[in-house]
Formats: sequence, C-alpha cells, structure tokens
Amino acid sequence: MADNFNELSSIQLDALKEIGNIGAGNAATALAQMVNSKIDMDVPQVSILPFEDVADLIGGAESHVVGIYLNVSGSAPLSILFILPIDKACLLADMLIGKELYSTNPEELSDMDISAMMELGNIISATYLNSLAMFTQLSFSPSVPALGMDMAGAIIDAILAQFGQIADHVLLLETQFKKEDVDVVGHFFLLPEPESLSVILSALGVNF
Amino acid sequence: MSKIIQVGMADMKIARPPDKLMTAGLGSCIGICIIDKSLKIASLAHIMLPSIVQAKNPQNRAKFADSAVDMVVEEMQKQGASVSRLQAKIAGGAQMFKFSGDNDIMKIGVRNAQAVEEALKKYNIKLLASDTGGNHGRTITFDPETGDLLVRTIGHGERVL
Repeated sequence: MADNFNELSSIQLDALKEIGNIGAGNAATALAQMVNSKIDMDVPQVSILPFEDVADLIGGAESHVVGIYLNVSGSAPLSILFILPIDKACLLADMLIGKELYSTNPEELSDMDISAMMELGNIISATYLNSLAMFTQLSFSPSVPALGMDMAGAIIDAILAQFGQIADHVLLLETQFKKEDVDVVGHFFLLPEPESLSVILSALGVNF
Repeated sequence: MSKIIQVGMADMKIARPPDKLMTAGLGSCIGICIIDKSLKIASLAHIMLPSIVQAKNPQNRAKFADSAVDMVVEEMQKQGASVSRLQAKIAGGAQMFKFSGDNDIMKIGVRNAQAVEEALKKYNIKLLASDTGGNHGRTITFDPETGDLLVRTIGHGERVL
C-alpha cells in the first residue's frame, strides 16, 4: 500500500501522469473556449517532492507568487494548489482576458485579472479531477477556489500545515501554457489526504 | 565574518553574535524567537502546527508549538542560558487564504499563535513583542546582539520589533 508519494512505483506514477495528460488536453479545450483563441497546454513533468523543496521550485520561499487553492471532498479527499510567479500570472491574465501581453502590472491587478486566474485554477483542477474521476469511477467535489498573492513560502505553508501531521511529500504536475509562442509555466500540486492515495491507486488498478 | 543562519520549515537553530537567525516566507507558521540577553544566545524555531499531542509522526519536535518551546528551553539551557532570563518575540500565524465558510484548517494561524503563547506561559517566558495574524506572509531576521526582530513583507511594509 502506498501511503506516501515517495513509495510510488513507476507504473503508479505513469498512471497519475497519464491522467494529467488527458486532463491537460481537456483543459486546453476549455481554455480555448474561454478566451476564444488557441492556448496550448501540456503536462511535461510529474514528480514527487518533499515539502521543503516545494518553495525552491518556484524561486525560493520569498519569491512573490500567486497561489490558487481548492479543497476537494469525496471518497478520496485531496487538495489542489496551482501556483505560479506573479509576473507569469500577469502574463496569463493578459492571455485569458485578451489584453496585450505584458500589459498587466503585478502592483495593479484588477478584480477581473484575479477572477480570471481563479477561473483558470477552477478549469485546470476540474479537468484533472474529471479525468481522474473517469478512470477511477470515484467522485470528487472541488470547493470554490481561494486565491493568495504573497511569498511562496507563506502560501505553501498554509496548505502544508494540513498535511504536516501525516505526509512529507507532494505530487507535482508541471503544466505549461502557450499562446503566440509565449510560454507560461505553472505548477500544479496534488496533495491527497491520508489513505486517499491508496483509494485512488486501487481504483486505477495499480495498487501493488 | 557574521553569518545568517537559515531556519527551514519545522526546524530550530541557535545562534550567538555576530551571527543572525533568519526564516523566510512564514504564512500560517510562526517564527518563535527566544533570547537570553545577558548571554546573547538566541534561538529561532519555525513551527507549523499547534500541538504534538495528536501528531502521527512526533519525531520532529520543532514542527509543533508546544514541543518546539520545550526543545528550545532544553537546548538553550544546555548552552548555559537561564529559563528565568528568557524573553520571546514571535511573528507569523497569518491566514493566507480566505474562504467564505468557516474552516478550522484555514484558521491554523490563529491556533498556532494561541498555542505558542500558552507554551511560553508554561515557562514564564515573557513575550516582548508579537506580529501575528493578518493575511500576508513574513520573512524574519533575529539578531542575538540586540534582540531586534526584523519583519519583512510583500506590500505590508517592514518593521523592527
């Protein structure tokens, strides 16, 4: 039984990655409809990380980031955190709202920009969860997204505090968005509650 | 040469002048700074959760408010500090995400701050200053020479406690 991500086999990891790929395909379609233009999105990497490395991945504990957090209930409860550097988030807001790229300033993000980012978090999470649900026949109900803009360490520790009692690792899917040859790399973290990982892997038929 | 000693999440370090202690990106976590001013020995613990009592993995004492203060007191005493001289400053315990519903997990910052204050009371350690709550992250630097605690934020200014 895998109770923690660091005990996953490569087959189990591949299964989770494949779900990510399919989810990303769906998300790209949903995004394209939302912004009425083509946005490419892919999932180039899946990795397992210890908590303390999470902040380093996004430029260190002090780097200014945007984090979108969703709490998912159901038979395999989990949390989702989508995080990206503030300048990339602005770029993404430009893409989503259809403004000129690089026109949004981190100091003056509008409600519209923030709402667009939350919607993006919603779409990415929902599409990943949909493909996860399809493969596992489990049901997942995500909460409304919550958005935080601050130091990476601060955003992350608020989420990790929930898992600090039990786990030491998280599953990371790196997602990449592309519009007009401009790349924005976002980090999508999946944090299952204790036992959820086993439930998911059993349902996928790779619990060995 | 003075060093800045980095304290990670769920970690605790002790320093003497001219070195300083620093922990970056405190959200709901709390940085507990404790000093014996007459000996200029200072410690910084970066705690994540209020209590070790319900923990499944109680190995890391620096992760929890109650056990971290126990640990600091023990370690500082080993360095010659006296419990009666210990004084504290704390920062952190923010609520980083706002949800419409009441969610206990999201109030972890407030619970952390309460737990730290209780743990300090247990040893009669005087809390000289605190900068907790709010909804922003903090990076703190503690100077054993002066006992000053520098709190830096993004968009909420900088202050010395």
